[in-house]
Amino acid sequence: MDFTAILMMVFGLGVTWGGAAICIKIALKKGNE
Amino acid sequence: MASRENWGTRTGFVLAAVGSAIGLGNIWRFPYMVYDNGGGAFLIPYFFALITAGIPIIIMEFGLGHKYKGAAPKTFSSITSKWEWLGWWQVLISFVISVYYVVVIGWGVNYLKFSFTQSWGENTKAFFFGDFLKLSDSALNLGGIVWPVFIATALVWAVTWFVLFSGVKKGIEVANKIFMPVLFILILLLMFRAVTLDGALNGLNYLFKPDFSKIFEPKVWVDAYGQIFFTLSICFAIMITYSSYLPEDSDINNNGMMTAFINCGFSMLAGIMVFGVLGHMAAQSGLGIQDVAGAGVGLAFVTIPKAINFLPAPWFFGPLFFLCIVFAGLSSMISISEACCAAIMDKFSVTRKTAVTGYTFIGFLVSIVFMTEGGLYVLDITDHFINNFGIIFAGIVEVLFIGWLFRLEAVREHVNAISDFAVGKWWNFCLMAVTPIVLGYMGVRNLMSDLAKPYEGYPFQALLMYGWAVVIGVFVLGVIIHSITKED
Repeated sequence: MDFTAILMMVFGLGVTWGGAAICIKIALKKGNE
Repeated sequence: MASRENWGTRTGFVLAAVGSAIGLGNIWRFPYMVYDNGGGAFLIPYFFALITAGIPIIIMEFGLGHKYKGAAPKTFSSITSKWEWLGWWQVLISFVISVYYVVVIGWGVNYLKFSFTQSWGENTKAFFFGDFLKLSDSALNLGGIVWPVFIATALVWAVTWFVLFSGVKKGIEVANKIFMPVLFILILLLMFRAVTLDGALNGLNYLFKPDFSKIFEPKVWVDAYGQIFFTLSICFAIMITYSSYLPEDSDINNNGMMTAFINCGFSMLAGIMVFGVLGHMAAQSGLGIQDVAGAGVGLAFVTIPKAINFLPAPWFFGPLFFLCIVFAGLSSMISISEACCAAIMDKFSVTRKTAVTGYTFIGFLVSIVFMTEGGLYVLDITDHFINNFGIIFAGIVEVLFIGWLFRLEAVREHVNAISDFAVGKWWNFCLMAVTPIVLGYMGVRNLMSDLAKPYEGYPFQALLMYGWAVVIGVFVLGVIIHSITKED
């Protein structure tokens, strides 16, 4: 696999799941009710 | 009057919203969009569209549903009674989508059964169009009912009925608490298997290798906005309805962002899975990726079955893939149907049981058209028109109405007052300027394209009946329902 392809794959996964992780972390502070 | 139902937990709401957003398009549309629009470079306009259109609209719809506690017609009517028709227009768009979407899930159920023995054989194209769908020679020749499709679709309607009949907390929330974790486990299993196959890395190379020159092409940006717009279940009544069941103290902004990011994250996993498998198939069959890459029905029911034939243990991974299709489809189907049922309950003060049973019965009868030998043609035409004109134009009207005619600032104040973090003025700018301009451009472009050339070369009469008449019909019917039911 090309280095740039790996980079873009990591970028895509990072933005989406990184974004989701930050949101979940904030949500967990507040609880599930 | 009975009090409005509520979600049991915040997790339940987010999983239901994610379940609505994650649908067949995440698996069969997103990967090809990336591949066809500059590979990894597409992710830049895609994320830009997510931030400037997807997240602002989803927060706006969550805010509206939560503020006015109603399905789309009641919500718009609460803002000003003259605009209830917009809600009915969106509800009718949802109804049209549900009656053909359910049939595609029915195909998935059949293919789930076929996948245990790979009954599709070597020529998967001939099997799908001939042996399975018994496709007629023309869109104007519907032919008889295809019974395996009829039975499977009836089963999907029955599951939808059962889930909706059981209510928001005991039905929709419980179903999504099962479907979503299972779906993520399935996609992760498939993805890890896919990337460890021979040739998979070549497939991923094709998917992600960036061609940055494409970023300067307007088509790539339009496709990015289109993908974001269609993937988040926005502008056709669903997210307004789901958020109307949220309790008073709900973090709207974070819920919206979480739903959007998880949905797009799922698309990334699906892309890696699909192109890993396609890379393996290309390596095994001696073809190039460009010869096997595709999207839509052809990808799911022709190319992937062929790719499954090349997999080690196809009897195991084949069913996993089609379970993904069925679960992703079902969770969306439930949300689309709920948007319609909730509108009926709000307006006509009938019980959930009556609304759901009546809706399912009528929906099932209408969906029989798509279960015929010519059903695929009808489905293709209706899907094209309802997406490219119905959803786009209803979306334009919605953002213009809320952004320019109604005080958008009031929605921002509402969501910021109850959320952990606030959205700034950029949110107003995205909804008042960016989104209407992009959607307007897409709508006009689609209109010019379809007026210049008949879609896919279908006969004019078929396009008129299953396309233009449906798109215009849902708008007119929305206005009629508003007119005859309005309270003076």
